[in-house]
Amino acid sequence: MSQPVILTMKQISKAFPGVQALNQVDFSLRQGEIHALMGENGAGKSTLIKVLTGVYGLDQGQVWLDGKLVQIRSPKDAQAQGISTVYQEVNLCPNLTVAENLFLGRQPMKHGRIDWQETARQAGVLLQKLNIEVSPSAMLDECSLALQQMIAIARAVDMNCKILILDEPTSSLDDEEVARLFTLMRQLRQAGVGMIFVTHFLEQVYEISDRITVLRNGERVGEYETAALPRLQLVAKMMGKDFNDLAVIQAAPKGQVDPGSVPVIEAKGIAHSGTIKPFDLTIHKGEVVGLSGLLGSGRSETVRAIYGADRADQGSLKVNGRPARITQPLDAMKLGMAYLPEDRKKEGIIPELSVRENIILALQAKRGLFHLMSRKEMAEAADRYIDLLQIKTPSRETPVRSLSGGNQQKVIIGRWLLTNPDYLILDEPTRGIDIGTKTEIQKLVLELAGQGKAITFISSEIEEMLRTCSRIAVLIDGAMVGELTGAQLTQAQVMQTIAGGKTVQEDK
Amino acid sequence: MKSKKLSRSGLLLTITVGLFLLMYISGMLIFSDKGFAKPQMFLNLFISNAGLIVISCGLTLVMITGGIDISVGSVTALVCTVSAFMMENMGLSAVTALIASLIIGLLFGLVQGYLVSYLEIQPFIITLAGMFFARGMTAVVSTEMISIKNELFLKWAKAKIVLPFGYTNNKGVYIESYIYPTVIVALLTVVLVALMLKYTRFGRSLYAIGGNAQSAVMMGLNVRRDKFRAYVLDGFLTGLGGFLFCLNSCAGFVEQAKGLEMDAISAAVIGGTLLTGGVGGVVGTLFGVLIKGTIASLITTQGTLSSWWVRIALSALLCFFIVLQAVIGSVSAKKHGARLA
Amino acid sequence: MKQKSFSWQRLVHARLFMPLVCLAVVLLANVIRTPDFFKISINNGVLYGYLIDIINRSSELVILAVGMTLATAASGGQDISVGAVMAVSAAICCQLLSGGEVSVTSLAAPIVLAALAGVLAAGLCGAFNGFLVAKLHIQPMVATLILYTAGRGIAQLVTRGQITYVRVDAYKVLGGYIGSCPIPTPVFVALIVVIIMAVILKKTALGLYLESVGNNGKASRLVGLNSALICFMAYVICSILAGIAGLVASSRIYSADANNIGLNLEMDAILAVALGGNNLGGGSFNLTGSIIGAYTIQALTTTLYAMKVSADQLPVYKAIVIVIIVILQSPVFRSLIAGMKRKRAVTVDEK
Repeated sequence: MSQPVILTMKQISKAFPGVQALNQVDFSLRQGEIHALMGENGAGKSTLIKVLTGVYGLDQGQVWLDGKLVQIRSPKDAQAQGISTVYQEVNLCPNLTVAENLFLGRQPMKHGRIDWQETARQAGVLLQKLNIEVSPSAMLDECSLALQQMIAIARAVDMNCKILILDEPTSSLDDEEVARLFTLMRQLRQAGVGMIFVTHFLEQVYEISDRITVLRNGERVGEYETAALPRLQLVAKMMGKDFNDLAVIQAAPKGQVDPGSVPVIEAKGIAHSGTIKPFDLTIHKGEVVGLSGLLGSGRSETVRAIYGADRADQGSLKVNGRPARITQPLDAMKLGMAYLPEDRKKEGIIPELSVRENIILALQAKRGLFHLMSRKEMAEAADRYIDLLQIKTPSRETPVRSLSGGNQQKVIIGRWLLTNPDYLILDEPTRGIDIGTKTEIQKLVLELAGQGKAITFISSEIEEMLRTCSRIAVLIDGAMVGELTGAQLTQAQVMQTIAGGKTVQEDK
Repeated sequence: MKSKKLSRSGLLLTITVGLFLLMYISGMLIFSDKGFAKPQMFLNLFISNAGLIVISCGLTLVMITGGIDISVGSVTALVCTVSAFMMENMGLSAVTALIASLIIGLLFGLVQGYLVSYLEIQPFIITLAGMFFARGMTAVVSTEMISIKNELFLKWAKAKIVLPFGYTNNKGVYIESYIYPTVIVALLTVVLVALMLKYTRFGRSLYAIGGNAQSAVMMGLNVRRDKFRAYVLDGFLTGLGGFLFCLNSCAGFVEQAKGLEMDAISAAVIGGTLLTGGVGGVVGTLFGVLIKGTIASLITTQGTLSSWWVRIALSALLCFFIVLQAVIGSVSAKKHGARLA
Repeated sequence: MKQKSFSWQRLVHARLFMPLVCLAVVLLANVIRTPDFFKISINNGVLYGYLIDIINRSSELVILAVGMTLATAASGGQDISVGAVMAVSAAICCQLLSGGEVSVTSLAAPIVLAALAGVLAAGLCGAFNGFLVAKLHIQPMVATLILYTAGRGIAQLVTRGQITYVRVDAYKVLGGYIGSCPIPTPVFVALIVVIIMAVILKKTALGLYLESVGNNGKASRLVGLNSALICFMAYVICSILAGIAGLVASSRIYSADANNIGLNLEMDAILAVALGGNNLGGGSFNLTGSIIGAYTIQALTTTLYAMKVSADQLPVYKAIVIVIIVILQSPVFRSLIAGMKRKRAVTVDEK
């Protein structure tokens, strides 16, 4: 590892209203290395990358490139300085050919017109050099995603890039495609390209990366040689412990469950092709069942299939002992389900509507078009939950978009509590929310379970899950690999399961 | 791979050309007694639609970027009326009228293009306003119909270009086939625009913008500038097409070219240009115009049907192609979705 | 904390502030030009005056604006076929009443039935638009462009290219006067439509649903709303209202003039919605604003007529107004202005 360092980021800080996205983060990249950038959601990975590619300006800190202090003003500027990015959603044009995508905006010209023959020839040479097996004249949207990724990489490489950022490039690829991508990455490593590899797949990190930098809550946890960092430790570093709120709830009593009772939810063999493999899940009254796994492991997809947000391809579902057919969310709601989606902005709040309207919306939808709640009823309901959940808002008529993230989340929780559900699905209810509100939400979950509600809780923080869940199901790559209960509910055990039981044994 | 490459743009173009041939040949068979089979009938398709061909080419450019321009019909009326007014009421020359036409088109392109590209306002609402503005301005110029009697203008309009083929009628007289200069201008426009789309970076950029504007930005293209230029070019071609339209009608009045925007959009869509952008071309658009012309000829030849049927049939055809596009789009989205999900 | 002091800030930001100011400006301009603008007298037993004329003439527009507001809210696009749909509804109604004759003095069918048929036809047009927009996800304006052009053709076909006259007093009521009532009937029609819509919005959750779907369709689906159906409904309602407006317009001239009924009214309706302070991008809506907008547009139209601007030239002014409104609404423009203000503030600080 005597390769020279080509990129150094020093003391990078970046704040958004209400959030310190990056706090004095250091990062360095050597020539010809694959450097994994790890961290759960909200850790600051994407912010760091956006600072590096000029999408965001930085509040504090310096970026040194090849020993020179530089300023990166825009994505175009970054490209000009040799920094290219390949995203999970490929940034190419699906309606054009492979060759054209490779040379768009810089096509070889002859006599003032594009020389298509030369374009095809150069494309062929480039693809061959990188061992990418695709005809230059194929349309991009006929190529598999893996090929599209590689074509995007080829374009970047050909544009003389020294630093290549791969932002979750493997999320939508199958094993074989990943292998092909890795071959290409190794080839580039040989050629001296420095790569920043962002992913949440541990296997892949250990397979290909040389070093790992872990971020958590906008801060750098540390930089490690991949070979010297055991898998379990990596998970621990990513998940971390939140000592602040640990002090607040200490082993709060968990809901008592009567295993003999009719389960609220009994899912059998539910699956969704391409995302989740068949799984069974049973949840009783008063039980908080956690779904754990790394990002992209299928934890959100699992609950979405139960709720009818995405229709399951197969499997059966019983609600309170009776078979249920759910084709749309309203069906699930009528069976007493409630679903707090992972993406609050896109799928949760109705931004322009008031706090009141956002709170009563689900109940109103459940009652139907012709049974409008009276203004008084709405106001009372809204006030009740603003009060109960301590939502900080100037008034109940304030548009919900002007509230802070935590308060928006509380509005959505209020929306569902108002429907008096038997079964609550909470997908990352505490993401991007201040510590105080986080603790409140955790307490609330336990309280609700105490009232006899069945709850599915999804979170990236193991600590939080351990505190609230009486049972945790672990997913890897869309398959449920284990269920932990009672004494098994320890941080070490959960992490080991997430890290993949098989490999843990190998480590031993 | 080669056969698959035909997929979207190829498939749509094939359907269009096939449809045109089918309609024209069945027209020849059904109305053979009414002269549908004569070569001049075919040439008349070009003569009466020369202006529309040029206008549709401009619109196709904008539609490839994923935009739209519904002001073209009204701008045509404005161009015709201003030309007529300048020549007849102000005594200016036909050349001046031509230049004025091009400038009017350009102005519309500049303003609409700026608002759409740089202020990011929905193209529909802007060009809707443009449509009403141009129609209103036409009335400001003249509420009366102005017939054009300018000598040079009529010389341009009526200069027959005889083609080296014809047919002999039942009395044994040889009747030659001819076209007007407008047809040459129109076909030249199609060729030039087709070459531009194929062989310039600007042309390719339009496809990239329509395919995925976000990607185009990421790939370093100047999306705003190129989009703006597309609208400017569209405006210019509308000015030119409007003047050709005028050469065919030799008049200018408020109600002129009503619904022409619909004809142009239909022509582009039928010709395989996706409403969502990214796919299409002017050759397809040319066939789209010919299909529209054939429908009109069929209905006129038939004789008893009201001329309103032309528009209704065209709307129905447009509707069919829109649904077809939506279906093709959703099929390919599903193919993709399975992978992305 | 007793009584909040009067605040300009709050007044200016009130939702109905802009629409009302626009209306006031137009009315004021009129008063300055014609001092007896507000004078209302009784001629031949009916109310007479500029103001009455404006209120009467704006009836169709008010009805259209109500429908356009809903369609805009739900889909973030506009229905530009409303003018043509008016013509279709009028054509079908008149054709049924005349029994196919060009001009009749006695009815061939009961008026109620014919009117219902007209409105039903309009509803079908709306279902067509709604299907394209809500199900096939075609941009609203492209989808409605089809009927915008074909609609008048269909109306022409129905009336066989002629102007069908129904010279029966009973048919003139809708666009004229009921018995000896001094107030024109269209005013009542508009009022009834507005009241019915207000009641629907007050008594059902339609308004909330429309706003929710227009604002965030994905989130709306997850809380159990059928986004596509709601959007579809908005287009059906919009067209049904256009059908009713078509009947009123037709009754005024006791005929079905396929070429001129509702001509250019789609533009006025969109303008009314925009003037009413509604975002043309969809989401929250304000019906009262649109209605005030509609009256403002009609007042503007009447004013321009009074200034000897011909009917054909009117769109020029309206187009300019709408461009100004959309530029003011445009987020890019707003951020540009905000940026300029900030810059100015900085330079002032430096001084």
